[in-house]
Amino acid sequence: MNAMGRLSLQDKLAILSDAAKYDASCASSGTARRDSRDGKGLGSTEGSGICHAYAPDGRCISLLKILMTNFCIYDCAYCVNRVSSNVRRARFSPEEVVHLTLEFYRRNYIEGLFLSSGIIRSPDATMADMVRIAKTLREEHGFRGYIHLKTIPDAAPELLEQAGLYADRLSINVELPTDASVKSYAPEKNPVTIRKAMSEVRQKREASRDRSHTGKRPARFAPAGQSTQVIVGADGATDATILGQSTRLYTGFGLKRVYYSAFSPIPDATAKLPLIRPPLEREHRLYQADWLLRFYGFAVEEITAATPDGNLALDIDPKLAWALANRHLFPVDVNRAEREMLLRVPGFGTKTVNRILTTRRHRTLRYEDLSRMGALMKKARPFVTLAGWSPGALTDTPDLRARFAPPPEQLSLF
Amino acid sequence: MRTVALPDLDTARAWRDAARALVAESVPPEDVQWTCGAPEQTDLFQATGQGREADGAARTCARRQASVSFNVPKSFVDLAETVAWHSDPERFARLYAFLWRLRDRPVLIHDRGDAALAKLRAMEKEVNRDKHKMKAFLRFREIGAPDAPRRRFAAWFEPSHNVTEPLAPFFARRFGDMDWLIVTPRRTACFERGEISFAPGQPKPLLPEDATEDLWTTYFRSIFNPARLKVKAMQAEMPKKYWKNMPEAAAIPGLIAQAESRARAMQEAAPTLPPLRAGRIRERLHAPGVLRPMELTFNDLRRKAEDETRTARDGYGRVVLGEGPHDAPLMVVGEQPGDVEDREGRPFVGPSGQLFDNVAEEAGLDRKAAYVTNAVKQFRYVQRGKRRIHQSPDRSDIEHGRWWLDAEIKLVKPTLILSMGGTAAETLTGTRKGILKRRGHVEETEHGPVFLTVHPSYILRIPDAARKAKETDLFRADLAAAQAHLEELRAA
Ligand code: SF4
Repeated sequence: MNAMGRLSLQDKLAILSDAAKYDASCASSGTARRDSRDGKGLGSTEGSGICHAYAPDGRCISLLKILMTNFCIYDCAYCVNRVSSNVRRARFSPEEVVHLTLEFYRRNYIEGLFLSSGIIRSPDATMADMVRIAKTLREEHGFRGYIHLKTIPDAAPELLEQAGLYADRLSINVELPTDASVKSYAPEKNPVTIRKAMSEVRQKREASRDRSHTGKRPARFAPAGQSTQVIVGADGATDATILGQSTRLYTGFGLKRVYYSAFSPIPDATAKLPLIRPPLEREHRLYQADWLLRFYGFAVEEITAATPDGNLALDIDPKLAWALANRHLFPVDVNRAEREMLLRVPGFGTKTVNRILTTRRHRTLRYEDLSRMGALMKKARPFVTLAGWSPGALTDTPDLRARFAPPPEQLSLF
Repeated sequence: MRTVALPDLDTARAWRDAARALVAESVPPEDVQWTCGAPEQTDLFQATGQGREADGAARTCARRQASVSFNVPKSFVDLAETVAWHSDPERFARLYAFLWRLRDRPVLIHDRGDAALAKLRAMEKEVNRDKHKMKAFLRFREIGAPDAPRRRFAAWFEPSHNVTEPLAPFFARRFGDMDWLIVTPRRTACFERGEISFAPGQPKPLLPEDATEDLWTTYFRSIFNPARLKVKAMQAEMPKKYWKNMPEAAAIPGLIAQAESRARAMQEAAPTLPPLRAGRIRERLHAPGVLRPMELTFNDLRRKAEDETRTARDGYGRVVLGEGPHDAPLMVVGEQPGDVEDREGRPFVGPSGQLFDNVAEEAGLDRKAAYVTNAVKQFRYVQRGKRRIHQSPDRSDIEHGRWWLDAEIKLVKPTLILSMGGTAAETLTGTRKGILKRRGHVEETEHGPVFLTVHPSYILRIPDAARKAKETDLFRADLAAAQAHLEELRAA
């Protein structure tokens, strides 16, 4: 504590961004359009967010992602900020956070701020400080960039309400795939409270879109929606369990995104958790599966049916795994199949499928057309038929899977 | 052979005007030679131009002719608008050749298999990517005083295509309250007191040091997780050619070099003992009453219900609470008490309740072991003579009911909640949308798992006997599934 007074802004920034890096979310898209062309403020948001840099871990840097403080009175085993960890602690003043956000923004380093915090004093006090930062940025400095606040589940509903008025996005991390693992690894957190807070955000968002009887629209509430993060690989949950949770989160709380974060060894780890290399490949497959759930019309059971032990295959992607397990549905006639079926062809993305649909209205598609339309033909070849190509017996050859899977050496990724 | 020299500024529009005029005159692509980079005053059409007025006249004239002769799809206009900023000297000729073919076959624009279009689309993508990268990787340095009322910044950037001009409005919308200057080899954009202006390109200017770059580099170093090194992924998105103008990039080689050893050190470090203060804080936190507020009891609830009943507004019945074991594993939530329920003061005793009882029994769902209640607690009606006509609950009724239901759920702590009908679904899951699609499934909510189905009154209202029987079967299947799910949950 005594050392704190001597920490420079640079030291604090180092400590408090280091502590924030385990949060995977960095999106800055999909909020209301704003700009500062009127000269009375700073910043703009125009649909899709921008990645202003990439770190050597391949992750996009779009927001200034920091903790207000990494002091925390809770003891979540997977978290570097837990009360029982010996990391260096620091705390920004609200003015410092405001200063960094604006100065970084002016130099075109960032799209905005992603602020979270360890819990100090009480959930309410912590949340009130975070809200104050957002409010100062918006009201005193006319800041029109992106703000994402990680809310504290136990904080009072009024604070959540205010947070939603200043922030573009709110998030609350569900942290772990099952209630049981939250109980054992995050003893002070309560899955019920977390869900309650998510549900409040959902209701407020919906209410803010209703018109009142005078026809006036209420103030926008978290226009970019809410998201959450779940840590993968710290407990024994299978991919089926994780994806099942995600579906419930998408349908139950209208979440925009579920982020999967491969559990990463943290400095000063607790003896409770495995010290392993993060299961990056698994995280990647989960994102792919999540994508299939949201944009390709797959049901969670379909994806996990192809995986007897409840975990996604690591050597091939989940769509290919599904197609290989359902070969009786292939090959698909590209000139005739419905959109739903085209979306299920490995190597076809949503863009490719849209291009196929518009072009085939005017003429018959040929094999050569497909790669120009963005299809990955190496993957798609066994599963499609059209003018100039028929896969013949290829679709059903027993070693088809082996052709796609990389040689086993590469499997030992980590 | 016709030579068309386009200006460096506002090139996209100039190309469009020229192309329109050429098409109107039926000049085939082989007969046109396009050049760009003419001084800005030069005439658009060398053959006909006689200074700016003539040029302007030619444009208006071209436009009029074009509008009578043919239309092009809007998406081609957008495509041309972007491709015109490409650095390929062939870009105008390619666009014109495609436009020429498009006249007779407008659907060509949708043909993603056409090679010429594919090339143009690829060029469009390159320009868009270049624009995107410029928005992302351009870095300003402060060139004015930090405490000036309007601050001043400047940047040097080297785009691959001519994107500075089309991007200037983006930067103006973003950095509205400051002055800025963007210098690139081919074009300089300037924003002063809200006005955008352009000047020719310049060599790299000397910009003053900016201390904020150190803070930014500190951030860049700290946000990197050495346990997940993925250099290729980084370079795919942030190619090396941009690094020299990005202050943070200087830190990259060092970060990569040390990643392996830093990650190993983290894994090898033995877990340490928690600091002393951890124990003190934890003790305080786990003392009773700190994390969870005081809870109501069933008696409190009953007393409150009686109070509310006494003061109920016109058109509202009494508060009917749920019924059943207080530790029931299953809670059944219906919509609202009806006339019968209101008179008896008990839930689920009217026609819907009876239908539910019968079907539940057939489905093997033990109704006696369940706590049954409603999402909205009061019968709502309008009086017509002696009859009380049922009214559906509105939003505020639902909000009001939510408090009561919340309290009941907290007390009973059911393992599973069976939600019947739209009102219950809205209260428990936040939305009643798509109930027919969601029925038969469990959703995770703040109250724990909720199994959704329709309300029995929905079945009662079906006039057609065959459909009614079919819906009853579906309902029975839902109840059986809910029961099975409950058993599963309890076994787990
Ligand atoms: S509450 Fe948040 S910051 Fe505190 S230990 Fe848990 S996860 Fe970490």
